[in-house]
Amino acid sequence: MWFKRTKEGITTSTSEKKETPEGLWYKCPDCKEITPAEDHEKNNWVCNACGYHERIGSAEYFHILFDEGKYKLLDEKLKAIDALQFTDTKPYAGRLKDAQQNTGLNDAMQTGTGRIEGLPLVVCCMDFSFIGGSMGVVVGEKISRAIDHCIKNKKALLIISKSGGARMMESAFSLMQMAKTSAKLTLLAEAGLPYFSLCTDPTTGGVTASYAMLGDINMAEPNALIGFAGPRVVKETIGTDLPAGFQRSEFLLEKGFLDFIVHRKELKSRLAKLITIFNNEKVK
Amino acid sequence: MVYLDFESDIEQLETELQKLREVGEKTGIDTNAAIVDLEKQLLEKKKEIYSHLSAWQKVQVSRHPERPYTIAYMDYVTGNNWIELHGDRNVADDKAMVGGLGQIEGHSVMMIGQQKGINTKMRQIRRFGMANPEGYRKALRLMRMAEKFNIPIITFIDTPGAYPGLEAEERGQGEAIARNLFEMFRIKVPIICIIIGEGASGGALGIGIGDKVLMLENTWYSVISPESCSSILWRSWDHKEKAAEALKLTADDMLKNKLIDGIIKEPLGGAHRDMNQAFEFVKKEILKHLPALKKEKKDKLIQKRIEKFAQMGVYTEK
Repeated sequence: MWFKRTKEGITTSTSEKKETPEGLWYKCPDCKEITPAEDHEKNNWVCNACGYHERIGSAEYFHILFDEGKYKLLDEKLKAIDALQFTDTKPYAGRLKDAQQNTGLNDAMQTGTGRIEGLPLVVCCMDFSFIGGSMGVVVGEKISRAIDHCIKNKKALLIISKSGGARMMESAFSLMQMAKTSAKLTLLAEAGLPYFSLCTDPTTGGVTASYAMLGDINMAEPNALIGFAGPRVVKETIGTDLPAGFQRSEFLLEKGFLDFIVHRKELKSRLAKLITIFNNEKVK
Repeated sequence: MVYLDFESDIEQLETELQKLREVGEKTGIDTNAAIVDLEKQLLEKKKEIYSHLSAWQKVQVSRHPERPYTIAYMDYVTGNNWIELHGDRNVADDKAMVGGLGQIEGHSVMMIGQQKGINTKMRQIRRFGMANPEGYRKALRLMRMAEKFNIPIITFIDTPGAYPGLEAEERGQGEAIARNLFEMFRIKVPIICIIIGEGASGGALGIGIGDKVLMLENTWYSVISPESCSSILWRSWDHKEKAAEALKLTADDMLKNKLIDGIIKEPLGGAHRDMNQAFEFVKKEILKHLPALKKEKKDKLIQKRIEKFAQMGVYTEK
């Protein structure tokens, strides 16, 4: 034998292990390329090597979109009430508290208002880190109030979806947020104000079956999972493996449900261009 | 008669009653007194059981295999005189979603609803009442037609959910439901929605935006079925009873939480026990609301519909 193992197993003790210092480097989960965290951030949290869009939160999107990173949060204090006193393996009230502590957020949706390339825009952005970005009453109410703000101040609306769907622990209350948000979007439409929907990874369930698919412009980040039923459920239904790329952004574009796919670095300029075009003098 | 697991006492009494009747007929022995006594017992038993149904038991009744489905209601309320309309004018005719025009005591109506199959073959054809995107688009086509001719809309909701198939996803199940929610807030004719069986999630809501949303007594309405909820939150199918309880999905809960507008009574033991009675209750309820809704100014109607749904849910701002 040309090779013989002389020692059994790993002998390096944990303390001697050479790890990449946390916070300084980013390793792409897709292509495994390692980049300095600072460069990764400058690249809008997109892998420089393969274009993988890392899942990011509302603070990052607001930073990317708003001019000089300046914006005002709306309805920050809205918090969920466990009206149904829902308990599964853990009480929902406890889950809420934990999520609030872990994320520093009050719920899975933050509303920011500011300017992009000088143009006013209201952005409702979901945070996946808060109970899987699930849509409960607060998510619905924030969208509802953001729309009121848009109508009152004649601003365009962008909703960035990133959600596993409705929040089960709020049962029918969360289901009715699909109705509530759709209802309010009809008022935004009546006011002639543009609504942009950006689907990011993942956008599924009740979110897809309401506001995420109702944009004047429906767009998505590359390779985001977007669907009504989750891939596992669909697989169980049909009993065979799913085709490659099923329910990904490129698939939805092909099937006719997206206007375009947008790279994160082009998001701001694309939005600004569209707002400018939409705001052009009205045909008399 | 199919008996549910909690109906064993009823089954026993009804079997005894049947035997007693047969004996009476065959032998000529006067069993009347015993029959009357047993009937009384049976009625008491039914009242006792049906006044204390758990959430999960109501789910079971809503799925009772002999429970009437949408078309049976459409037949009754129009006196068997309605015209079924097919197709979404785009892809197909979805057999899980039916619709058509008729009149209820002189009121023209557009009726739409999910339809479950009445036998094994039809259950497959109708996909157990789980509509594809073209079902929701057919529903929307019919609603727009109703609006054009100023005809009120009645929807009958009975679905375990929108169909989670590959083609449904390809053809935009999410978009189809979302579009219906949006457009149903703009349809300028009265809409009455009645949950007659299962009201599961977006699949139910996709035809569930109305000026009056009503639930039959033994039906459920929720963001997810108790079984799926159990499998996701408890990671096992064994907690469906607990999940049903936790989801607050009964008509009483839904009314208490101000998510529906009213409850329609069912005959004792469920709609399948006396179908005509159940149909009559539904018809009466439709006729109770229709004249007032028809008188409402169109803009006011829409405004109230939007405001009602916009107020749903509780939160704090402290």
